[in-house]
Amino acid sequence: MSEPLLQAVDLQCERDERILFRDLSFSILPGTVTRVEGPNGSGKTTLLRMLAGLNDAWSGNLLWCGKSRTGQREEFLRNTLYLGHRPGIKPLLTPMENLRALTAGRRPLPDRVLRQALEGTGLAGFQDVPCRNLSAGQQRRVALARLLIADEPLWLLDEVFTAIDASGVNAIEQLLQQRAAEGGAVVVTTHHDLRLPGMQRIVLGGGLTDEC
Amino acid sequence: MNADCRPALTLRQDTVGALAAMQAVFARDMKVAFRQRQDLLNPLLFFVMVVTLFPLGVSPEVSFLREAGAGILWVAALLSVLLSLDHLFRHDFDDGTLEQLVLQPQPLFLLVLAKTAAHWVLTGLPLVLLTPVLGVMVHLDGNSIGVLCLTLLIGTPVLSLIGSIGAALTLGLRSAGVLLSLLIIPLYIPVLIFGTGTVASAAEGAPVGAYLALMGAFLVLALTLAPFASAAALRISLSNG
Repeated sequence: MSEPLLQAVDLQCERDERILFRDLSFSILPGTVTRVEGPNGSGKTTLLRMLAGLNDAWSGNLLWCGKSRTGQREEFLRNTLYLGHRPGIKPLLTPMENLRALTAGRRPLPDRVLRQALEGTGLAGFQDVPCRNLSAGQQRRVALARLLIADEPLWLLDEVFTAIDASGVNAIEQLLQQRAAEGGAVVVTTHHDLRLPGMQRIVLGGGLTDEC
Repeated sequence: MNADCRPALTLRQDTVGALAAMQAVFARDMKVAFRQRQDLLNPLLFFVMVVTLFPLGVSPEVSFLREAGAGILWVAALLSVLLSLDHLFRHDFDDGTLEQLVLQPQPLFLLVLAKTAAHWVLTGLPLVLLTPVLGVMVHLDGNSIGVLCLTLLIGTPVLSLIGSIGAALTLGLRSAGVLLSLLIIPLYIPVLIFGTGTVASAAEGAPVGAYLALMGAFLVLALTLAPFASAAALRISLSNG
């Protein structure tokens, strides 16, 4: 898989009669980490939601594996994992139940694996406590447990480092790097000073894109 | 964090079937609802209160109640479904589960159908089950109660299905409640007319087959069209979110 997974051509997005970005073109290759940068309100989350297929108010072209994404929505969704601002965790359910519900529609896994994934994010002993009794960071970790068991080649992660402690941040950085080494593609938006070797950057707000 | 349990990386060609995914959505909604049982009681309490207050407010006379009873029960059921609609997608929207639902690799209208089915089982079905008791309270005869239950059994899923369109459309709005009612009530009126019409006809001893067939047609129409409309409306609401 050396061809780009996702290719954006001349993306333009307007929000509240203000152009967030125009003529934005980039490729997401397998085995890379891409960081979307920009000040608050520059459209980072909007861009990620566009890439995920949640936001339809844009013009330009998005290609999935070289072909227009519109015609292959299900293939795209099957191979993309999106974690948003709102982590998709039900406060009334326990981490185990949440994780089971979130994976059931994509790839059901035995409870043992789910339990292990939650332990892997530092939630050992909390698997069966209702999520509303957990802290904000712990709730984010429930969502992050999906990354440990996800097999989707493309990850779109919006502000993954929010409410996560220093050692957790470290672990996520390592996970992203390892993921890229395995051939996965990761797109992250973050204000955290993420520096990974070979990282691609998309800078919003200034209207220019550079790669390094 | 360790990642031992992850398989090798390839593009996936297959995924969970739509039916299994629908079951999972349904099961989760049920589980969440039963964790918050007091919310389940709200529409039921409303239903019982309206039907109980009517004889006190208007007239406790048997002849009046027998005539108006079916109408009272239908209106009360309709309003209590309407009241519960705002919750259909709201919580999921707030905590982000709705985004994940839309991004599932199955047809969205089927998943929406599963959610609507859960909504009906949690609100419409209890109303139907409670109807015989309240029917006796408003002096309906046995035959009328049977027909009334049948019309509600066919009618309340229609209410849930049509309501899901309105709930999906008003999702991103702050004052969704009023707008939701304004949007949905006109669409509920035919169901109400035929629902009460069936019972009135049964009370006169006339055949009700034609009425029930029409209500069945409503249900089929709602089942086949409403999930598509709700799915499209959800996409629009999330697109602005």
